[in-house]
Amino acid sequence: MKTLIRIGTAAILATGLSLGGTAAQAAGGHGGPELKHPSWTFDGLFGHYNEDQLKRGWEVYSNVCASCHGLEYMHYRNLKGLGYTEDEVEAIAASFEIEDGPDEWGEMFTRPATVVDPIKEPYENDALAKLANGGAVPPNLSVMTRARDHGPDYVYSLMLGYEAGVPEWVHEEDPEFSVPPGKSFNNYFPGYAISMPQQLFPGIMEYSDGTEATPEQMAKDVVTFLQWAAEPELEKRKDLGRYVLVFLIVFTGVLYAYKREIWKNAH
Amino acid sequence: MSSTPSPVWSNPAIKWVDRRMPIFSLMHKELIVYPTPRNLNYWWNFGSLAGIALVILIFSGIFLAMHYVPHEDMAFASVERLMREVNSGWLIRFIHMNTVSLFFLCVYIHIFRGMYYGSYKAPRELLWIIGVIIYFVMVGTAFLGYVLPWGQMSFWAATVITSLVTPIPLVGEELAIWLWGGFGVNNATLQRFFSLHYLLPMVIFALVFLHLWALHTTKSNNPLGVDVKKKADTLPFHPYYTMKDAFGLGVALVVLSYFIFFNPNYFNHSINYVMADPMVTPEHIVPEWYFLPFYAILRAIPDKLGGVVLMFLSILIWMALPWLDRSRVRSGKFRPVFKWFFWVWVADFVLLTWLGAMPAEGTYVTMGQWATAYYFAHFVVILPLLGWFEKTKPVPESISAAVTAGHDKEAAA
Repeated sequence: MKTLIRIGTAAILATGLSLGGTAAQAAGGHGGPELKHPSWTFDGLFGHYNEDQLKRGWEVYSNVCASCHGLEYMHYRNLKGLGYTEDEVEAIAASFEIEDGPDEWGEMFTRPATVVDPIKEPYENDALAKLANGGAVPPNLSVMTRARDHGPDYVYSLMLGYEAGVPEWVHEEDPEFSVPPGKSFNNYFPGYAISMPQQLFPGIMEYSDGTEATPEQMAKDVVTFLQWAAEPELEKRKDLGRYVLVFLIVFTGVLYAYKREIWKNAH
Repeated sequence: MSSTPSPVWSNPAIKWVDRRMPIFSLMHKELIVYPTPRNLNYWWNFGSLAGIALVILIFSGIFLAMHYVPHEDMAFASVERLMREVNSGWLIRFIHMNTVSLFFLCVYIHIFRGMYYGSYKAPRELLWIIGVIIYFVMVGTAFLGYVLPWGQMSFWAATVITSLVTPIPLVGEELAIWLWGGFGVNNATLQRFFSLHYLLPMVIFALVFLHLWALHTTKSNNPLGVDVKKKADTLPFHPYYTMKDAFGLGVALVVLSYFIFFNPNYFNHSINYVMADPMVTPEHIVPEWYFLPFYAILRAIPDKLGGVVLMFLSILIWMALPWLDRSRVRSGKFRPVFKWFFWVWVADFVLLTWLGAMPAEGTYVTMGQWATAYYFAHFVVILPLLGWFEKTKPVPESISAAVTAGHDKEAAA
């Protein structure tokens, strides 16, 4: 038992060290600034979402992101998870026209979306998306925070990571570096030249709840929304997880006591 | 043991069945009174833990298969749908994803325990060899399963691993096309991988029974490595080891639950949440953590065919352990030199794991070559030589004698 505990501790330490190493590498692998790490409500053992923030995030998404980025795998009915009522979700859905059909005459037609429809994609196909965006397809956002290392921190940093010119540290790494035409410089994007121009500026939108829409506020809200879109199960998962962990720890303690009782004369 | 009397059943239903097919007597003999060395330490927990992990994987997998669509255009979306729309779908998937890591961790500890305590030595050679075969099939199954979500890493791992057959002389190219069912990883590949991923766990399950059959024939080894000689050396499996295993299971489930509920994608690669795209190669193609040491060996050799051969040999060589290790003493406890070499080899294995995750360039390659050389030297040079040169410590005459001696020492202290 003692050796096992010793080796277990060593293993945990080693994992901790290597994780620390990976995290440091991920953030400081280049000469640029480290990933920003704001405090997220959804982090940790008691992580949860804040409905006001989720709604603000949806407002940022629909005002800013939705013109180029879709939310695949999601339906309007999912928006109830943001705290909207049935009626509000119906109204949101009805504000989008989608193609349906064919009808009994064999014709395609358009109609307002309903809650069971998938959230409307900005482009009919990838070719159109490329045409509209200088050859790059704007990626689907519904799994984005899961699909990047340190997803929420990365997306947050990316939204706020634009620079007007090329910073000095980039030229120290690569004197030849220049931003190709049609692209923008971003501190956090792999290769630094990103097809998406900067989106978050002060005053581009107003929140319906009166919160001041600073770039930091919008970035934080939209990342929280995207995290919810990627992990809608997070609250349920962590709630259940706490019960499971407490139960298992207590039960394992009981098992240990019982094991010792049984073994006391057997050693 | 012949000294154990067959139980007399009083319940008429049990009696009726047992007279016609002695399933209750068998369970009584193999799970209740089964004589187990009394000195097994906690390292002996990991075999049964691995077995339980296998059962969890099979059960969660059956439910995953009800929602999964093995088609290149729908596989990724079907997994997203499972996680978003199916009741507790996320739970089933996260259980399946994370239990694989628990399974491999337990099996690695189980294998290393066998190596340290000489559990492969006569008469347990066949037991050991069946175990290595189980590990082989596990590797295949885990690889096939990782391809199914059809993310970027799924697709490119499938491409890299199936391409391993191409350097085989004469038939390599043909063989790859045959494996793929096309001229590259495609829909046909995904469908056959799904079929085989469902089949192989059943094969593992059957092999586990052979493993247990061999185990219950030769009986468990123990930390002293001496044979069981009398009744005082053993304890009945139940309640002693059922309780000890239950406690170990509890600890394992606490760790597993932490990952399932609070860090479910820890062992995954984030890029595998990007749908497979044959036109975009990821920057680093890295396998799951449990394959890393072998991946490091594969990449250490500049020649592609040589790398593939060495990678397979690195596992196959375990099968030859009973004959490579010439020492007559089983347990590392009484082998002062072997003990050190064992831990150096474990460190080498950990080093290879780390190297497998690093890019194949510069010093990493050189380090990988040295680590690979040492890996094999341990088996083909060090172990055979130790058998001749090592002066082993005196081995106790029996398990109970050693236990009593321990008590005397404690009393004297």
